[in-house]
Amino acid sequence: MTDAHGHAGAHAHAEPQGFIWKYVFSVDHKVIGIQYLVTSLVFLLIGFSMMLLMRWQLAIPTPPDDFDPEKLSLIRSFLNWLFPESMPYGFMDPVFYNQLGAMHGTIMVFLGIVPLGVAAFGNYVMPLQIGAPDMAFPRLNMASYWTFLVGGIVLLASFLAPGGAPQSGWTSYAPLSVVAPAGQTYWLIGMVIIITSSLFGAINFIVTMLNMRAKGLTMGRLPVFCWAQLVTAVLLLLAFPVLEAGAILQLLDRVAGTSFYIPKDLIYGSTVFPRAGGGNPILWQHLFWFLAHPEVYVLLLPPMGIIAEIIATNTRKPLFGYRELVGSMLLIGVLSFIVWAHHMFLSGMRTSLASLFVTTTLTISVPAVAILTCLLMSLRGASIRFNTPMLFALAFLPMFAIGGLTGLPLGFAPTDLHLHDTYYVIGHFHYVVAPGSLIALLGGTYYWYPKMFGRRMSEKLGKIHFWMTVIPMNFVFFPMLIQGMYGMQRRLAVPVEQSHNLPVQGWSLIIGIAAATLFVGQIPFIINFFWSLRSGEAAGENPWNATTLEWACPSPPPHGNFATEPEVFRGPYEYSVPGHKTDYWPQDEAA
Amino acid sequence: MSTIAETNTGISHAKLGTWAFLASEIMLFGGLISAYVILRSGSAHLAVPPRSMMGVPLATFNTFALITSSVTMVLALAAIQEGNIAKFQRWILCTIGGGLIFLCVKAYEYHHKWEEGITISSNLFGSFYYTLTGLHVIHVTGGLFLMAYILWAGTRGDFTPDSHDRVECAGLYWHFVDLVWVILFPILYLL
Repeated sequence: MTDAHGHAGAHAHAEPQGFIWKYVFSVDHKVIGIQYLVTSLVFLLIGFSMMLLMRWQLAIPTPPDDFDPEKLSLIRSFLNWLFPESMPYGFMDPVFYNQLGAMHGTIMVFLGIVPLGVAAFGNYVMPLQIGAPDMAFPRLNMASYWTFLVGGIVLLASFLAPGGAPQSGWTSYAPLSVVAPAGQTYWLIGMVIIITSSLFGAINFIVTMLNMRAKGLTMGRLPVFCWAQLVTAVLLLLAFPVLEAGAILQLLDRVAGTSFYIPKDLIYGSTVFPRAGGGNPILWQHLFWFLAHPEVYVLLLPPMGIIAEIIATNTRKPLFGYRELVGSMLLIGVLSFIVWAHHMFLSGMRTSLASLFVTTTLTISVPAVAILTCLLMSLRGASIRFNTPMLFALAFLPMFAIGGLTGLPLGFAPTDLHLHDTYYVIGHFHYVVAPGSLIALLGGTYYWYPKMFGRRMSEKLGKIHFWMTVIPMNFVFFPMLIQGMYGMQRRLAVPVEQSHNLPVQGWSLIIGIAAATLFVGQIPFIINFFWSLRSGEAAGENPWNATTLEWACPSPPPHGNFATEPEVFRGPYEYSVPGHKTDYWPQDEAA
Repeated sequence: MSTIAETNTGISHAKLGTWAFLASEIMLFGGLISAYVILRSGSAHLAVPPRSMMGVPLATFNTFALITSSVTMVLALAAIQEGNIAKFQRWILCTIGGGLIFLCVKAYEYHHKWEEGITISSNLFGSFYYTLTGLHVIHVTGGLFLMAYILWAGTRGDFTPDSHDRVECAGLYWHFVDLVWVILFPILYLL
């Protein structure tokens, strides 16, 4: 077997020697997976910190009556010292608020959740689950990580650009994004680099899963997590290039004087913007959402796969409806390409076209609910083991249900007219992504940590982390749904300037306190992560008594993973099979 | 080391990866071409220059050069399947020649159009013209480096009648680049 450059591929590369080649520029999928894991957790923390600053501003947006600049509170003097220009006396300049908002969204989606769900767990677990010694293209895999890191650094570097970071939202709507300061150019270049990285990854994932499964591991015996990764890789492969096309056009609009998104005679700053014009800002929205709606499922499917693995292991019974789960994921993959314009009901779309997208959007909720139902039904009659990963999995189900169901009123054009661009939207998609995906990814970290590092994480700290995460998250996101229904618009640094927001301003203070609590709640996790590296309880090959192939090799697996190529004899979730000596029957155990 | 027969699909990693890569390329060019089609039919300000300004005969010649280079690529693959290295080298050189002719003509065309006032910022058509053909030119240039590499590897003796995956993958890519031009030529020059 040879890779694209004809050099010996996965099986042949010898175990590298020396720290740099073993841990930094490694081509081993396990090291790359851990690099992605750590990097994306750091990016998540950065994105979260930005949000804390914004929530601080929203909690107390204007000086109280008894405000005295001479007697600042500790937090205010700290913020005043940290950002003397953009947060004087701890009150945020609206431009800085816009920058943080745009960067928070971009970082969380493209540098946090996606790399964590796809690149970290996908890289680490998927080759193990299919019984492969490595990915199909190990060096392409390494290139993917380093490209990703460069893209992330370019995005963060935009804060140093003249005029600061991008401030047109994570959606970068034209024409505002075209006339914005230089930071937006960093955003576009960073995005093109990140897209390239994700294409490397997607190609690698698809080829690996289609070509390198162990003997006997038919597609029908593939764990749900792998199926989720396969659908996700196809979405990334086909949807991301369209955003790349859109980003190239926006980049040229900014640097080469084209007018793809600039209408004729655009008035900007009370003069006509000096361009030929004739372009259409709505074109950007179409190209952007053609990626960004499938992207929602890129954020969601790998976490769903993780949840399926955790639930099957900890209910000690086969998943309910394996075929329906996989079928629903495939259906979601297909449908996700024809729902994008439901983000654009307010763009002046024809009502007949809007009703088409209403229909497709409501259709895609059917497989999503089917997946949730399968996972819920898997719990029925089970003797559940309530360990930390399972707690996260159990929390995922209702949280994701809230996220999914609050999406329906946004999918209906008539109700969306009222809710569009309000905090209701923010609440909805954060329920999908934070108490949904992120909870699942944290659960996945607890679940596969013993495989990655050979030791279990502390259950005690894990449970503290769990409650300190799930409860505050609900106090952060549920009030947003209420604020949104009152009409509070997103992207406002000082919402109290509009009187209709005053009745629900009180919730912002509660959200702020909850967000700070959530931040504190992550400290047990960080301590646990590092403490358990050395001091956690040693985990054997198969600490959870699970059935899939990743538990059939040592923890952590050596270079090349399996001592002998495993052979698979049965489906992935053969738990509590009557007559079998244990309550789990590993896939590779000969009858 | 596993061989092609040992992959689950029976298709080598490299070829499967190339097909996946080309699928993403289709979406990239597809996105840009759709943008052009939409604005061309939807914008009142996309003025298409008269055909005489576009230099259709030269572009037709260029289309011919690129298609020919695709044919010689097929012949190069056939030569390596016979194990005839000399013939393989000759046809790859012809392919590189076709690509170089294309780039030279393109450079002349760009210069000529710029002089005539069709620039990237002059109007929407110019913007699309330079963006679409520019991205294509980048792909042709990349393809030429790939061909040079294939020629070098073949001369070194890497390929046998049974093992020449890289030639086939390079060929797939080259045909794709050719195909993109076959779509760009009518929508930019003729219609």
